[in-house]
Formats: sequence, structure tokens, C-alpha cells
Amino acid sequence: MKAVIELNEIKRDFLVGDEVVHALRGVSFTINEGEFVTIMGASGSGKSTLLNILGCLDTPSEGVYLLDGNPVKKMSNNERAVLRNRKIGFIFQNYNLLPKTTALENVELPLMYNPDVSASERKKRAMVALESVGLKDRMMHTSNQMSGGQMQRVAIARALVNDSAVILADEATGNLDSRTSYEILALLQDLHRKGRTIIFVTHNPDFYDYCDRNIILRDGKVVEDNRNKVIKDARETLKTLPEED
Amino acid sequence: MNIINLIKIAFKALTTNTMRAFLTMLGIIIGVASVITMLAIGQGSKKSIQSQISEMGSNMIMINPGADMRGGVRMDPSSMQTLKLDDYYDIRDEAMYVSFVSPNVSSNGQFIFGSNNYPGSINGVGPEYLDIRQLKVESGEIFSDEQIQTSAKVCVIGQTIVDNLFTNDEDPIGQVIRFNKIPFTVIGVLEAKGYNSMGMDQDEVVLAPYTTVMKRLLAITYLQGIYCSALTEDMTDQATEEITEILRTNHKLLDSDDDDFTVRSQQELSTMMSSTTDLMTILLACIAGISLVVGGIGIMNIMYVSVTERTREIGLRMSVGARSIDILSQFLIEAIIISVTGGIIGILIGVLATYLVKLIASWPVYIQTWSVILSFAVCTITGIFFGWYPARKAANLDPIDAIRYE
Ligand SMILES: Nc1ncnc2c1ncn2[C@@H]1O[C@H](COP(=O)(O)OP(=O)(O)OP(=O)(O)O)[C@@H](O)[C@H]1O
Ligand SMILES: [Mg+2]
Repeated sequence: MKAVIELNEIKRDFLVGDEVVHALRGVSFTINEGEFVTIMGASGSGKSTLLNILGCLDTPSEGVYLLDGNPVKKMSNNERAVLRNRKIGFIFQNYNLLPKTTALENVELPLMYNPDVSASERKKRAMVALESVGLKDRMMHTSNQMSGGQMQRVAIARALVNDSAVILADEATGNLDSRTSYEILALLQDLHRKGRTIIFVTHNPDFYDYCDRNIILRDGKVVEDNRNKVIKDARETLKTLPEED
Repeated sequence: MNIINLIKIAFKALTTNTMRAFLTMLGIIIGVASVITMLAIGQGSKKSIQSQISEMGSNMIMINPGADMRGGVRMDPSSMQTLKLDDYYDIRDEAMYVSFVSPNVSSNGQFIFGSNNYPGSINGVGPEYLDIRQLKVESGEIFSDEQIQTSAKVCVIGQTIVDNLFTNDEDPIGQVIRFNKIPFTVIGVLEAKGYNSMGMDQDEVVLAPYTTVMKRLLAITYLQGIYCSALTEDMTDQATEEITEILRTNHKLLDSDDDDFTVRSQQELSTMMSSTTDLMTILLACIAGISLVVGGIGIMNIMYVSVTERTREIGLRMSVGARSIDILSQFLIEAIIISVTGGIIGILIGVLATYLVKLIASWPVYIQTWSVILSFAVCTITGIFFGWYPARKAANLDPIDAIRYE
């Protein structure tokens, strides 16, 4: 199997005043193409920091990060930007939507920076992505006209719209009720079946059963890395949950 | 990168933040408009003074008896009679740089025609006075050399005198008006010139042969002044020197003696007056410059306040794949749209305000192209720079740092 992500002794230090905060203290692992990985750990254990580095949004203080075999550190800013645009779909813990902008325009945003996608195709793909997260009737709503869960789903749709090979989700279901959470999980499982690599940060230990692999962080280090034998289907679980409508 | 997409993105960013765009634009509008208006007022008054001087004949030279008082030199009363007819003849016959010359004597009094009367002064001059002051006879004619020799009681009158004395639409030519009991036959009417820019009525004028005024009205043998005009405006200095030479010889002055007359050219007057208006223009330009700076600070303020918000936006855009060139292009396009639109609106408002000043306060105004170009350039460049600079800083950050920026 081909390795998509290879981390070798990744460290990330933050300088806060005179004090150095070690958010990551040497993280090493390899994620292969088509894996569905959850990352868990207590608050402050460095999950978001790690995911930001994986998403090429942040650069590690030390260590080597190979994406598709290429060292990210050696890439130019522009190469990294193109990578984020075509290869990675990132879902932020706090959504990061453009204010005063409609859901549709927010989802279209990554494609605006891809000259290969025409205006009509852009709109079509954004609408499909919004439909898949159940926001068909909220497309023209702006961020301040939506609930937290709805904004989260817009952020998910935005990460799906560029058909990226790798999807990085930071607490993508943190603000959703359990039914919608499982719907999102089912969506990610569908994508996973289509061959996407998915890395999913979550606090919900139940989700572990629905993935290939589970990495647990503590204090900026990997403390557990387990493979899952029996993978549950989120759609089956959805059927057991009471309908709310 | 697709430029159409970038323009779309820039427009979208502007329309979602109309208030911010408007406030930035306002700074530019105020800056441009105030500079244009202020400079138009300054230039206008300068222009009007210049045109007034050239109206009077920019190559005109005035000779007065008595020493120049401007240096604080005491004036001997008897020196007031230093200019004689011989001086006039000699300038007329000998000066090479002088094209026209006319003596000047005047007397105050009351003009009477029928039951109408009007106060004024009668000017005793030669026929060349018309060329010097750029006056024209509209009907009738100017007095002849023969009429000068015979001290004929004839006169040429201006339009204001016509309007005040001949109230029944009579033809003034051939009528006899009285001035201090002496009858003068009107032989010509001058073309109307209107008020000059200092508010003086240029048509309130009565011209008579200088001989008539000297002998019949004043009973004097000296002249109160001599008007000349230099061949061209550039030759005023040579003409002035020449005249001084002739008069000094005539008056038998020694090298050590001061002039007992004053020669002043219109050019001198013009420099003096335009330096005053220059001062005013500089003053107005300072005010305009201050409004430019205030406008510029306004632009910077708005831009600075929105930096936090915009840095987050930049981080977010970069996180979904915008390259720094995309970010910079977007901000540059936004800044250009705001600044150029603001600049154009500023020009329109500036021109409008200028015409309002002209209309309401009836001040002379003159819009100079360079003032429009200068103010437009300064404001738009400030706007573009301060729109682009924070973006350049943010575009160099890691996306996550930009998103977290506070
Ligand atoms: N920009 C930063 N500057 C300074 N310290 C930071 C910064 N980002 C993260 N940290 C620190 O790094 C550590 C890890 O933070 P991180 O956000 O990765 O935690 P997390 O595992 O995502 O937590 P949570 O589950 O609450 O989201 C924390 O102690 C945090 O204070
Ligand atoms: Mg986190």
C-alpha cells in the first residue's frame, strides 16, 4: 500500500511570552492511501496542532513531513497553496466561514482558486456538496443566519467540494446532535469507500468503531495506535436511532 | 490564476463590506474635492488679477511727478510740478522703445446735461491714450490734432456717462454737456468695458484734449502724469530706462541728484499683485494639503481597523488554496476600485463645489489640470498603498497564523 502521509519526529513549539509550549513532542506515524483514521486525546493534547501541520496550514518546528513522498518543508508557499487547493479538504474546529457570505459562496470558495473549474461547474459542484450534507434549502443563507450545526455542515461541504484525496476533519461533528453526527459519519464512510484518505479528530469514543485505525495523543505524543478489525456501518446505526422529524 | 475570478472575488469582498468601502472612499473623495476647490479659488483670483492688468495694457508705463515714495523718501511739494509738456514731446519724438504716449491731467467736477447731472472727472489726454488703455471709440471719433492745438471744447465719453446724462435715448454725439460751467461738445462714445475685477467702473470716463483741460479748466502749464506704452511687454524695462534718461536730461539733473519723477510699469504692478495672490494660493494649497493628509489618515484608519478582520479572511482564503499572488491581486483590485471610484467622485464633487463657489459667492475660480491630476494621483496612490500593504504582510504568514491573528 502506498503511504500518503509520513511523519517523522514532528515537533511543534509555541513561544508564549518567555515560555515555550511544546504542543507536539515528536510524533511519528505513516498513513496509507485509503485509510480512515480517528485521532483522539484530551483537550490540549495537540490534536489540532497536528492536523494543521498535516493540512499544510502550519509548519513544524522540527521533523520531516512527507506528503505523497515529497517533503512539505522544501515546497514553496505557492506549491503548498496549490496542494491545499487540490489535494486536501480541511474542516476547521471553528468552521472559519467567510462572514456575510452565503453558504453557496462559501462552498464555492476553494474552486474560485482553481482555474480549471468553470463558473457553471463550480456552482453545480457546490450545490451537490451542500445537498450531500443536507443543506439543500439553506444555500442562500449567510453565516449569521445559520445555527452552529449548519455552519459546521457548510464547512464540511467546503472540504468535500474539491474532490480532494485527503480529508482532514477537526471535530467535524462537535456541534451536531447524535443523529446528524452519524449522518456525517456515514457521509465520510461513503467517501472512504470511494478511496479517500480521511483523518478525523474527535472526542467521541464511539466513532472509533466506524474507522480503520485509531491514534491517541497525550501531551503531544502518540500513546496508542490501534487497528480496528470489525468496522461498523454508520447507516446501520442510523436506522437504530429514533427519527426526529 | 484566473483574473476574472479575482475580479469577482474583489467585487464580492467590496459588496459584502459596503460601509468599509464607502468610508475609505469618503477619505479619498474629501481629499480630492477639497484640493481641487481650494486651488481653483486661489488660481481664480490670481488669474483675474492678471487679466485685469493685461486689460489695462500690460505694457503700460506711468510717469508721475515727484520722487518715488516707496523708499520712504521725503517728497518736496514743488517737485509735483516737474513734468512739463516738453517732456511729453521729447518722449514722443526720441524714445525708441515707446510706441504710444499721452499726457494726463484731470479735473473733478459735475457733468450737467439738461436736468441730469453726474459727478466725475474729466481726463485731459492725447489721442494715443486710447491705444495705451486699450479703449475703442464706438461711435463718433476721437479728437484731432487740430482740436488739440486749438484747445477745442470737445469730449469723448464712456457708457456710464451716456446712461446717466442722456436718459431720453438721445444720440449723445453732437450734444453739449457742461462741466464746471464750461460747455463741451460730445464727439465720440467709447465702447463699454464693464467693471474690472476690482469693482471699478471702467466706463465712467470722459476724455478731452489735454490742452483744453490744462488751459481752460485748470490753468496750469505742468502735467500731472504721462502714460506711455512700450513696444512690447518684454521691452518695458528698456523703455523705462530710456524714459528716465530723457527726463533726467530734460530736467538737467546731476548724477548725484535723485529722480524728480517716478516711472512705473504695469509689469511691476503685476508682479506685486501676483505675489499677493501667490501667497493666497499657497495658503489655500496648505489647507488643501491638510485636507489631503486628513483624508489619507482616514484611509489608513479604515484600512488599519479592518486589518484584523481582513487578516483572518486572508488566512481562510489561503487555507482553501489561495496563493499569495491571488491574495495580493484581490486586494490590489479592491484598492484600485475604491481609490479610482473615490477619485473620480472627488473630481466631480470638487468641480461642482468650485462652480457653486463661483455661482453663490461669485468669486473668480479657475480649475487647473495639474491640480486635478495631482490630487487624484496622491489620493489614489495613498488608497492603493494602504489597501495593499496590510494584505502583503498577511499573505506572507502561515495560513493558521493569519486565521488566528488578533
Ligand atoms: N498558536 C498557539 N500559541 C501558543 N500555544 C498554542 C497555540 N496553539 C496551540 N497551543 C498550545 O498547544 C497545545 C495543544 O493545542 P491544540 O489546539 O493542538 O489542542 P487540541 O488537542 O486540539 O485541544 P482541543 O481538544 O481542546 O481542541 C495547547 O496547550 C495550546 O495551549
Ligand atoms: Mg483542537
